[in-house]
Amino acid sequence: MNLHEYQGKELFRSVGLPVPPGEVASSAEEALEIAGRLGYPAVAKAQVLIGGRGKAGGVKVVKRPEDLAREAGKILGMDIRGHTVRRILITPAAEIEREYYAGVVLDRKAETPVLMVSPAGGIDIEEVARATPEKILRVHLDGRGLPAYRARAAARFLDSRFEIQRALAPVLIRLARLYRELDCSLAEINPLAVTPDKKVWALDAKVVIDDNALDRHPDLAGLRDPGAEDPGEVEAREKGLSYVRLDGTIGCVVNGAGLAMATMDLIQHHGGKPANFLDIGGSSNPDKVTAAMSILTRDARVRAVLFNIFGGITRCDDVARGLLAALDRIGTKIPIVIRLTGTNEREARDLLGARGMTALSDMDEAVRAVIARAAEAA
Amino acid sequence: MSVLVGRDSRILVQGITGRDGSFHARQMMEYGTRVVAGVTPGKGGSSFDGVPVFESVEEAVARTKPNVSVIYVPAVLAQDAIYEAVDAEIPLVVCITEGIPARDMVDVAAYLRGRSTRLIGPNCPGLISPGACKVGIMPGFIHTPGRVGLVSRSGTLTYEVVWQLTRAKLGQSTCIGIGGDPIVGTRFTDTLALFEADDRTDAIVLIGEIGGSDEEDAAELIESHIAKPVVAFIAGQTAPPGKRMGHAGAIVSGGAGTAQEKMARFARAGVPVARVPSEIPALIAEALRARGKSGLRVVTGARKRAARVKRKPPMKVDSRVRARPRVKAKARAKRKARR
Repeated sequence: MNLHEYQGKELFRSVGLPVPPGEVASSAEEALEIAGRLGYPAVAKAQVLIGGRGKAGGVKVVKRPEDLAREAGKILGMDIRGHTVRRILITPAAEIEREYYAGVVLDRKAETPVLMVSPAGGIDIEEVARATPEKILRVHLDGRGLPAYRARAAARFLDSRFEIQRALAPVLIRLARLYRELDCSLAEINPLAVTPDKKVWALDAKVVIDDNALDRHPDLAGLRDPGAEDPGEVEAREKGLSYVRLDGTIGCVVNGAGLAMATMDLIQHHGGKPANFLDIGGSSNPDKVTAAMSILTRDARVRAVLFNIFGGITRCDDVARGLLAALDRIGTKIPIVIRLTGTNEREARDLLGARGMTALSDMDEAVRAVIARAAEAA
Repeated sequence: MSVLVGRDSRILVQGITGRDGSFHARQMMEYGTRVVAGVTPGKGGSSFDGVPVFESVEEAVARTKPNVSVIYVPAVLAQDAIYEAVDAEIPLVVCITEGIPARDMVDVAAYLRGRSTRLIGPNCPGLISPGACKVGIMPGFIHTPGRVGLVSRSGTLTYEVVWQLTRAKLGQSTCIGIGGDPIVGTRFTDTLALFEADDRTDAIVLIGEIGGSDEEDAAELIESHIAKPVVAFIAGQTAPPGKRMGHAGAIVSGGAGTAQEKMARFARAGVPVARVPSEIPALIAEALRARGKSGLRVVTGARKRAARVKRKPPMKVDSRVRARPRVKAKARAKRKARR
C-alpha cells in the first residue's frame, strides 16, 4: 500500500523524525488559510501516488497569497500521469543548503532490509545507482537494527561536518526502526535536507506498507486512499481478486498469478494487447468470477474476454458456474473465449454446452481465438 | 533417487485439521504419499483419516519420525509454524501458506542460517516426485514419472508446463515450486545444484518471472557449474513497472527485474529460452536428443540401484556447490558397459 507524502510525514513525525510543519488542503481557500498560519514563502505539493510530480508541474513555490490561490487552483484537479490531484500539501518553503538521500528497502538477495544513503539527494536513487553508483552507501540491517556506530558511519559518508553528522545519525536510526516496526516495503526520505542554520529536515516522505502485514496495523490500513487508485483495482481488492489495469483490448480472467502473466505475454506474442492482469486465485468461489466479469465488462476498452483456467485445486465446473451466473446477472455482448483444462473439465464443458457455449483446451489456440474475436468486435 | 522427496519420505502435516490442511492431506494420501502425522494445537490425541494428530511438532517427531513437514496454517501463524518445525530439526519444511509479511520471513531467513533445515516456500504449491510422493497442493494427475526436473516460482503456470511436458511424453523426476514471495527458503540456484547431482534427472526446466535477481543468479550458476541441459521460461514480459503482479515478489522496481533482462541473461549463458510455454517441451526434447536420452523411461538398472541406495537426509546445498560432470560421465559409461 502506497502512502501519500502527507501521510508518510505524519508517520515520520510520530517517530520523532524532523519534518517541517505542513497541512493538507483540498481547496484553494483551505490552502490560503493554512499558508496564512504557516507563513510565506510556501510550497504547494500535489498529493498523488505516483512519482514525477515536480516535472508535471505539481509542485510550486509561492511568495504571496495571490500566487498560491492561482497555483493551488491549477494543481487541484490536475492530471498527473493518470492520477487526479485531489489534495495539496502546504508547507513553508525551506532554504536548502545540501540535499541528501536516505531510504530503507528489502534486499531480496541478502534477505535483510538495507539502508541506502547518498550525498546525491533530490533525484531518483535509481538514477544515482545507474550514473554514479559510488555515491551510494548500503548498510544491511540485521536483527540489531541500525547500531549507532553504523549510523555514524553512514552520516560521515553524507557530510564531513560533525555537527551535521550528529543530526543525521538519529534520523537514520529512526528511519530504520520505522521501516521494521511499521512493516514497510519502502521508507524513503528524498531529499533529506540540510538548511543554512545547520538543521536537518525530511522534506519528502515515500512510504510503502507491506500489504501482507496490514492486518497487524489496523491504524495504517485506514490510510488507504481508494480515491487515488484505479476503481477497478479497488473493487478487485475488496473481492479478493488481484487485478492490474493495462492498456490493451483483451480482458483476461485467469487462475494463478504466474499463469495470468504468461497469458498476457501470450496475447502479446500472438499480436494482441492484454487489457489487464487478473488472478481469481486458487479458490473456486463463483462470486469471484462474477466480480471479475463485472470489472472487465465495465471497462469500455475491452473488446473480448479470455478465460484461461487450469483446474487443479480450482475446479473447472465451479468457474463455469461462476461465469454463467455472471452472464445471467450482468448480461454482456462482449465475446468470451474459454479455455478449460484439468479438474472437472468434463462437468464444466457440459454446463457450458447446455447454454450453447464451448470451451477450448489449448492455451495457444484460445489466445489466437480471442484475438480474432476482438478484431471482429473492433 | 528423485530430489528432496521420494518413496521413503514420511510427511507431517502442520494444520492437518484446518480447511486447506485437511483437504490437501487427503489428496496427498490418495496420491500414495506417506502422511505419518498431523499437528493441530488443541486437537492432540485425535486422529485424521487414521493419521494421529499431535499437540506439537516435537511430540509428532518423537512418536512418528517424519522427515518432511508441510505447513498449511494461516499467514499470521506461519512464522511460528516454521520455527516449530526447524526447532524439531525436521530436515525439509515446505510452507504452502500465502500472504506472510516480509518482515516475518526476514526473521525466518536469519534463523535458518547455519541450521540444517531446508525450507521450501512460502507461497508455493510444494513439490512432487511423480509416482512416488506429493507434498503440496498441485493436482497429481497432470504429472508422470520421468527424467525432467522442473523448478518454478509459480503455481498454475507450473501445472500448465507440467501438463504440456506430460502430453509430450516427457516425464518428470521432481517438480519444485519454490514460491512467489520476495524471500523464499530455497532458490533456483539451490534446486539446480540438487538436480545436477541427481542421477534420475537428465534435463531441467526453469520457470521464472519478473522481480528480483534469482534468475540472473541461476544463469550465472548454469554457466559455471551445471552440465545438464536447462530450458528457461520467464513470465511477465508485458508487466508494467512498479505494479505487483499477484505474487508479492513479482514486481519490476526501478527498471530492474524485467523479463527481458532475465531472458537476455539466460541467452548469454547458453540456456534456450522459450518465448511461450508451449515451446518448452520441444526445447527439452531437443536437448535430450542431443544427449541421447529419451526423457520418459527410467533406466531399469538405475532404478534398482536407486532402491538400494540408502536415502540421505536432504542437505542444504551451497549455491557454489561444484558439479562433477567428469565423474558423472564415467558413471554413465560404466552403466552402459554393464548393460
